[in-house]
Amino acid sequence: MRESGIGHAGGHGGEEAHRTREFTAFTAGASGRLLHVATLLTTEPAHRNPLAQDLLTASLAHTYAHWDRLRGEDPYEVTRSGLATRFARTAWRYHRGRGGVLSALTPQERLVVVLRLHEGVAEEQTAALLGVPEDRVRAVCARAVSHLRAAS
Amino acid sequence: MSRHERKEDAVRRMMAAGHAHVPGDLAARAVARGTRLLRRDRVLRRIGWTLLAAAAVAFLVWASVARPWEAPPAGTTPPLEGW
Repeated sequence: MRESGIGHAGGHGGEEAHRTREFTAFTAGASGRLLHVATLLTTEPAHRNPLAQDLLTASLAHTYAHWDRLRGEDPYEVTRSGLATRFARTAWRYHRGRGGVLSALTPQERLVVVLRLHEGVAEEQTAALLGVPEDRVRAVCARAVSHLRAAS
Repeated sequence: MSRHERKEDAVRRMMAAGHAHVPGDLAARAVARGTRLLRRDRVLRRIGWTLLAAAAVAFLVWASVARPWEAPPAGTTPPLEGW
């Protein structure tokens, strides 16, 4: 057991303050881009995006809780993966488009397009993250791109 | 550049437009929620360890009272013969 929590109130508080400082610095740099990603996924308009904010807050909270156990992983990537899996798990909530650029796409198509094209995540990693084969990712991406081009 | 790459580029440009404004309290909200998560994990871990310790103590007490490793005393008296 790592933290007994008894008799170490001072040290524990210092550790927490340090973690919060590091985390706040990370958030200041990364939350703009992450919120844009979340807003693309929920297809909300940029000026009113409560669902995207909620998704992002939940993923950031998870990153914060695991901050001491990241072991050299990039917190941005950890939060983005959390965002993607959280969105995939609750995709039924976002089936309906809400007016953003990707409104015409299904939640899975949005995820693939955002991860592959906007975030530049490799095909292999996208496939692993979504739990589908690589050629499926390629097919979904191509379909989404032609769909978007046809719509615009 | 192939036709397909041109299409992908156009989609990329579509997605890059219009950045959302980040609310100032987003980090604070995430920290508060993360702290709650941490605290919940800690409580769950403590409950788990407490249950484990209680189970170990209960087992020791039971074993020292019941002494299951000893052969039980014979339930019947051997028949009385040859007298």
